[in-house]
Amino acid sequence: MKEMLHVSSSPHIRSRTATPNLMAMVILALLPATLFGIWNFGVRALCLILISIAVCVAAEGVYERLLHKESTLKDLSAVVTGLLLALNLPPSAPWWIPVIGGIFAILVVKQLFGGLGQNFMNPALAARCFLLLAFTGAMTDFSVTGGFGTLTDTVSGATPLAAMRAGESVDLMSMFLGCTRGTIGETSALALLLGGVFLVIMRVIDLRIPLTYLASFLIFLLLFGGHGADGTYLLGQLLGGGLMLGAWFMATDYVTSPITPAGRVVYGVILGIMTGIFRVFGSSAEGVSYAIIFSNLLIPLIERLTIPAAFGKGGRVHEQ
Amino acid sequence: MGLSSFRGGIHPPGNKELSKDSSIRQVKPGKELAYLLSQHIGVPARPLVKKGDRVLAGQKIAEASGFVSVPVHASVSGTVKGIEQRLTAAGSVCDAVIVENDGMYQEAAAADPAGDPGQLSREEILERIREAGVAGMGGAGFPTHVKLSPKDPEKIDYVLINGAECEPYLTADYRQMLEYPEQVAGGLRILLQLFPHAKGVVCIEDNKPECIRVMEQACAGDPSLQVRVLKTKYPQGAERMLIYAVTGRKINSSLLPADAGCVVDNAQTAAAVYRAVVLGKPVTERIVTVTGDAVARPSNFLAPLGMDHGELLEAAGGLTKPVEKLVSGGPMMGFALFDLHIPVTKTTSGLLCLSADEVSRHKPTACINCGRCVAECPERLVPARLARFARYGDEKNFLKYYGMECCECGSCSYVCPARRPLAQEIRSMRKMVLANRKKEGEKK
Repeated sequence: MKEMLHVSSSPHIRSRTATPNLMAMVILALLPATLFGIWNFGVRALCLILISIAVCVAAEGVYERLLHKESTLKDLSAVVTGLLLALNLPPSAPWWIPVIGGIFAILVVKQLFGGLGQNFMNPALAARCFLLLAFTGAMTDFSVTGGFGTLTDTVSGATPLAAMRAGESVDLMSMFLGCTRGTIGETSALALLLGGVFLVIMRVIDLRIPLTYLASFLIFLLLFGGHGADGTYLLGQLLGGGLMLGAWFMATDYVTSPITPAGRVVYGVILGIMTGIFRVFGSSAEGVSYAIIFSNLLIPLIERLTIPAAFGKGGRVHEQ
Repeated sequence: MGLSSFRGGIHPPGNKELSKDSSIRQVKPGKELAYLLSQHIGVPARPLVKKGDRVLAGQKIAEASGFVSVPVHASVSGTVKGIEQRLTAAGSVCDAVIVENDGMYQEAAAADPAGDPGQLSREEILERIREAGVAGMGGAGFPTHVKLSPKDPEKIDYVLINGAECEPYLTADYRQMLEYPEQVAGGLRILLQLFPHAKGVVCIEDNKPECIRVMEQACAGDPSLQVRVLKTKYPQGAERMLIYAVTGRKINSSLLPADAGCVVDNAQTAAAVYRAVVLGKPVTERIVTVTGDAVARPSNFLAPLGMDHGELLEAAGGLTKPVEKLVSGGPMMGFALFDLHIPVTKTTSGLLCLSADEVSRHKPTACINCGRCVAECPERLVPARLARFARYGDEKNFLKYYGMECCECGSCSYVCPARRPLAQEIRSMRKMVLANRKKEGEKK
């Protein structure tokens, strides 16, 4: 009893789950899609992934070092951002694309707004949209070859979504498995679903967001898609593009999704509608990235409107 | 159908196996005992003895000084050494009657002889409970006779005995129910006498099957008594959660259990009511769990009030390794101690000795908005936001987000992956709001 005792306010125990564990689980959940992307698109994809992660980690480390801030590299959030950014790049992108994108994501979107927890947009997606606007050519070139598998190609050699928009037919099974063109991590719905289910089972993400997102998107397509209840069209839209990656891994990003349960439902519905608007009425076949970063901006408003009623709010004097 | 429970809550490791099989042992106190005059919520008791007086075990040494107040009784015989200030478990100081133990344990004649509660009137029962100094032994220490005097006793249709003991580590209520189920059931029968339309329900979490069995036996044959099995989940024993789990009725911070037709008493409080009314015995001792990974022999003691925590630890064989943290009570809502020289009171449920302090091992990092605190909050609040408003002193938004509904159970701090001290920040703000309200009330 000679040692000094620790004194603090209760509670005196803590759960084992900490921020780095959660980030590690997200990375683990992204592994199937990452490995599939490398198999599908070749060593080039692996290089882009490594560059992207390295740049994000380095940007965060250097920034914090220069500003004499405590290092947050251990929380693994920079690794998640780097990985997500890479999975959102076309496999044929030049090496400097992830360099610029990674620096933009970490420095501009994340750190300048105060670091982890303070960014109002998903850093990886904001960087992707920035790259898409600044380097449209490099970011929409899906013509890569060199994968270890066989791509089930569309007639025009475009992504399945673009092909569908041009009125071509697509092979749903290869879209589900992922042997199609697209960004590195978005093609395999199966791999992404595996990761998503893992995150739900491990209670890392809230099923509310992906479910309401996908459901409201489908309803939007039924009403305004112009193809009625055409199963091939609906399934193609569901499996194609960045929807699965976005719904399970980007829309569920903690920092840029509402904290309230009802807010998450509202957020999911808005995402579905926005994605629908972009895909059906927009000039591009894709819409997920823009839908998510625009909806990110609505989160403070959504949260304010969805404060849950306290447990005892409806409490009243009981009459017999 | 699942077991009765509530939405939210957490599942911390129970760690009850450390002490759950150790049967209740009487411990002898040391030379000096300190009887705090404020072992309950309300006005402190007024001392009836002065330096040099000889007192007997069970003798009233301080009297209630108002309706919301209870008397204090000596647990040993000896000589009063004076009235001194002593440290409480919560870290404040309080006047205490100091008695030097003469080691003879001479008992005072019972103020009220043992009696058949069936022969007593409502007023007589309440008077006995009050005179015995019974205050809530679950932790809050609310004077029991006040709880039992709602505006309209006819409207009470449930008397709930809280045997949930949802705090990890603690096994005091467990041993009470297991070893003296007839006292708990007897206390409940007396309480039912006060409320003619009520049924008595003993509420126990499903991690205590032995307790459920013996309590069911103790309640058997009496249609007004029943045992209700609750889901094991923290904070199942919080008053509002317990009432909701059993009756489906909700109360908030501006309502009392009586507004939901309920009276809730802890299992040990019920036993104290039994001893007070049937045996005429005042509250002079209680069951205290001494446990933790650093304790040689985790134990459940029948500890005399006024006994030093350090002596309790010695009785449990002392420490086997260095401790980082000592907690009076359970790990979720107990108080961290900086000194063991603190007397046992009516609300001392346990002494927890931890070789590693989980709190200081983790540094708080940035909130990532994950929403775990929202999902687990039994009061359905948004702790992350409340904590932020608290940090900025933003009372308006704190109130708008229902900050005063917080029951301070600590679930938010427990689950926070960023290790933020959410409960602490919210608690400070609540204290400030209450203090401001009091100040304004005084001005008017």
